[in-house]
Formats: sequence, structure tokens, C-alpha cells
Amino acid sequence: MTSLPLKRARLDWSGIAFAIVLTLLIVGPLVVVATWAFTEVWRYPNIIPQKFGFRFWGQTLGRPDVWNALMLSLKLSTVVTLLSALICLPAAYAFARMKFPGRDILFFSFLAGHAFPKFGLLVAIAAIFLQLNLIGTFWGVVLIQLVGTLMFMIWIPVAAFQAVDRRMEEAARDVGASPLRVFWSITLPQAGPTIFAAVLLSFVGTFYETEGAWLIGAPGIRTMPVLMISYINNQMVIQYGAVLSVLLWVPSFIALMFARRVIGGGAFARGFGG
Amino acid sequence: MSVLHISEVTKTFSGGTHAVNSFSLDIADGELVCLLGPSGSGKSTLLRMVGGFEQPTSGRITIDGEDVTHLPPERRPTGMVFQSHALWTHMNVFKNLAFGLKLRRMPAAEIKEKVEAVLELVGLAGYGDRMTTQLSGGQQQRVALARSLVLEPKILLLDEPFASLDQHLRERLREEVRDIQQRLGITTLFVTHGQDEALSMADRIVVMANGKTEQIGRPDVVYRDPKTPFVAGFIGTMNLIEGEVQNGQFVRSDFTFALPIIDGPATLAIRPEALELTVSDTPKAQVHRVTDYGSHGLVDLDLADGTRLKSMVAHPDLFRAGQGVDLLPKAVAAYRDNQQIFRSGM
Repeated sequence: MTSLPLKRARLDWSGIAFAIVLTLLIVGPLVVVATWAFTEVWRYPNIIPQKFGFRFWGQTLGRPDVWNALMLSLKLSTVVTLLSALICLPAAYAFARMKFPGRDILFFSFLAGHAFPKFGLLVAIAAIFLQLNLIGTFWGVVLIQLVGTLMFMIWIPVAAFQAVDRRMEEAARDVGASPLRVFWSITLPQAGPTIFAAVLLSFVGTFYETEGAWLIGAPGIRTMPVLMISYINNQMVIQYGAVLSVLLWVPSFIALMFARRVIGGGAFARGFGG
Repeated sequence: MSVLHISEVTKTFSGGTHAVNSFSLDIADGELVCLLGPSGSGKSTLLRMVGGFEQPTSGRITIDGEDVTHLPPERRPTGMVFQSHALWTHMNVFKNLAFGLKLRRMPAAEIKEKVEAVLELVGLAGYGDRMTTQLSGGQQQRVALARSLVLEPKILLLDEPFASLDQHLRERLREEVRDIQQRLGITTLFVTHGQDEALSMADRIVVMANGKTEQIGRPDVVYRDPKTPFVAGFIGTMNLIEGEVQNGQFVRSDFTFALPIIDGPATLAIRPEALELTVSDTPKAQVHRVTDYGSHGLVDLDLADGTRLKSMVAHPDLFRAGQGVDLLPKAVAAYRDNQQIFRSGM
């Protein structure tokens, strides 16, 4: 008996180079920001800061406007995500499973908001909101954020519902489940992980959305990213922005890790038709 | 006691095609009836109408005298096993089986008892905690069967349940399902396009083509006495020879056969096992190929005009390619205008 010698896997140099470049591009800025957050003194031409410390953490966290903005952002994201789910999930189910006149046109109208340059659209909407007295109000910002979530919350759940095996639903009807029960016990759990991914994306997306929140919310409503912009614009102390960045990066990182554990990468891919 | 009564059921799809055309069938208590036909014959549509997944355009379906024609699936006393097994992948085996019982508000202890009993019945005792995706194809199909059986349906519906399994497993499951069906005495309607399955399992076979019944009968009768050329060609292997009857003789190329029917076109049907061969100096056909299967042999023959026939022989070593042979049909049936007009020996 002889066995064929196994070919040793050759190192994929171009792949490695690509990975390194990608890592530098993605991780590089993060490292710089994180370093700044823990820096007290960092002057040119030093490569690393002269003095590390938590002074700016104390200063940033001591500000009431930071806490107000954080609470506001969390509340806003939660309300927008819930409302969006309430509106979009039934609509997604209808698009995926039902036939009705104008289905295709309606489906694409949901995405039309993303076909225009966003800022132009926002300015036009702001003009309308001004007349409706929605400028500078919580619900005004909620409305504008809702528009932004439509794409994730329609497109991905539609794909998720379409991917559910019709035979599974029929089998459930067969053993005695009403259509509503079938949806609750079979369709939703089957599509669940992918829909959860969509909900998470829209929550994170809303949390970090800046342009709409700023244009519609100012001056009364200051979300976390809007506050960050004003820090960066008005003060030459880099650390404020850096501390907030790191602060905001933690919850989204936790959320993403959680999502990865619960649903696996496949659900995202499936949601986009992969 | 559960009888299924299908009367004059027609299903017309939008576009006007008749999937099922005025179909009637009565199934007795405890009987297993196979709907057999090629794809597109309407057999699956018919089964889905009995299960409540399709609405008939006209006609009536009753179970034990109760009209179920327009009831939704969840209110019918039927249990369906799907080709793709359609198990719920987000539940383990136990939950798959318990789902229907829970909907019936059965106490948990009783559910547990029933589920364990049915798992035992299908040979999967102790598999309750497994996820369905961890099971093999045969096991998944057994769970699907158990999911239907646990609800004690009056009518069991099987939609090509073994189609996705390999040959060996298919044969084993076929026997198991037949055993279980007979032990429970459950009235069963079974859809398949595999004649082996139909012949080995069914009490009666319904051969369907183009949404219509071609023949209904016991498997051996359908095999021995096919009433239409379609059935003759679809069940088992059959030599179907198109020819002319002239003066009481069926003629096709050099082959002639005494056929006491009036002159005109006819199709002669001869089973390979009913077509005997003798080596001859005045050959009617030429041996094309001899295949030895051990227990028997199969000889492919060509008539002078190229018509290919098959003959089953006990001693294949007597024949070789290129030889001239004479044909001695022992049993034939003849068809004209889609009707059997003559039969002898079969």
C-alpha cells in the first residue's frame, strides 16, 4: 500500500497581503481613537502619548448633556425599532407571501427613499416638518429615522419569509394549527434569526444616524452622535470625541457579538439573498 | 371505521388546464390505495384536495359521510406526510410530535405518553431530544410519519414519502410503513410514481394519466390485465407493438400473430416473460443483446423494421447477438382506440 503524498498547502500571499491591508484600514483608525481616549498629553512628534490617564473620561462622563444624549438616543432607537417592526414586518410578510395589485411598485417605493441624495431629501422633509411643528421634537426625529430603517426592515424580512418552506407551514395546518398559529409557531421562528438581524441592524443604524437627527432634531433634540459632532466642531480637545467614540463602540460591539452567537453569520447572508 | 369517498372531483387551474378531471374513488376502511401515475397526472393535486390544501373546482369529498370538501386542512381528520418530510427544524423531535397534541389541549403527561408510544412504533424510541437536522433521511421520514400518526387521523395521506431516499432505504421503509398501516388499520391514500412501491404496498392501485383514472384494481390484476395501452406501458415492462390486423392476423414487419378481431390498426401488448424465443432458420427477429442477470436473462430483439422488443428467458446462454429467432407469445392483449379488445393467456 502506498499513499499519495499530500500536497502541502501553499501560502496564499496575495490573500495575506489583502487581509493585512484590510486590517490596517479597519483597525488602524480604531486604535488611534482608542489611544486618544486614554491620553492626557500627546504632542508632535511623539509616536506614543507622553501621558496616559482617565482624566477626560471623568470630565466627559461628568457632563449632564452626555447622559441626557445617551438616554435620548437609547429611547429613540428603541421607539424607532419597535415602530419599524410593527409597520414593516407585516408588510414584509405581505410582500413575501401575498399577491395583490401594485405589489412590485409598492415594494420598490419602500426603497425609493434611498434612491435620492439623502441630504436633499432631508431638507425637503424638514420644510414639511416645519409647517407641521415637528422640527425639534422627539416624534419628528422618530419619523425621520423610521424612513431610514425601511430598507433593512422590509428587504431582509421579505427574503427571510420567502425562504421559509411552504411545506412546513402546510404540515402545521395539517396537524390542526390555524393560519395565525402557523405564523406564530412556524413561520416566525423559522424566519426569526434573520429578522432579528434586521432588527439589530436598524437599532444600531438608528442609534448612529446623524444627518436626520441633526437637521430635524436641532436644537431641542440632541442625540449622542449629534452631541459628538458639536464636541468635535466646537472644541479643539480631541479626547472628548474619542472618549464618546469608545463609549459608543462598546454597546454596538457587544450587540454584534451577541448577534453572531445567537444567529450565526449565515442569517445575515440569507437575509441578503445569499 | 373510516371511509373516504371522492365523487366527481374536478380541479381546473387558472389557464383552463384540468389537473383532475371528474375523478371518483371510494376507499374502504383500513384500505391502502395507491395513486400511481407519471408527473403531471394529477395524483398529487388530488391528494392535496383530500388534505385540504387545494380546493376542488367541483365535486365532493366526504370522510365517514361528513362533507369535508370546503374545510381547511386544520379541521380535517386527515394526516399528511410530505415528500420533503417538512419537519420543523426549530423544534426537536419531541416538540414536532407534540405540537398537534398541544393544539388539542391535551395534558402534558398524556402528550409525553403518546409521543413516546408513537416513537416506539416507528422505531425511534429515545430520539425525542434530537434536533430533526441531526437525523438521517430515513429517520426524518419516520418522524414525519409519526407526527401524522400521533394524532390518530382517520385518513393517512402519503405524498411520495420515499422519493428522496435511496433504493435500499426505500424498500425497508416501504415494508415498515405497510406493517404499521396494517397494524393500525388506518385508511391510507398513497401517491407515488414508482410502480414497485404501488405493486408491493397497495390493496388497490389507481393508475392515473392526465387527471383521469385509467384503471382501478388490485395490483396483480392491474399488472396481468391492463385495460388501456397506457396502463400496459406504465406498469412493469411491456412490449407494445403497433400494427395492422388483416384477415385475423396481426402484422408488424415480418412478425405475425393470429388475432381473431376485425381488421384495422391495433396495438399488441406482450410481457417480456410471456414472449418465448426459439432459434430458427426462418427468423422473425434478430437478437441485439443478451443480458444475464443470474436468476434469468433478458434478450433485446429487433424486428426487421427496427422495432425493439424484450424477452425474458430462463437460459440466456442459449442466445447470442446476431442470431435469428422466432417469437412465440404465450400471453397477449390487444388494444384499439385506447380500449382492450382482445386478451388471451394473461
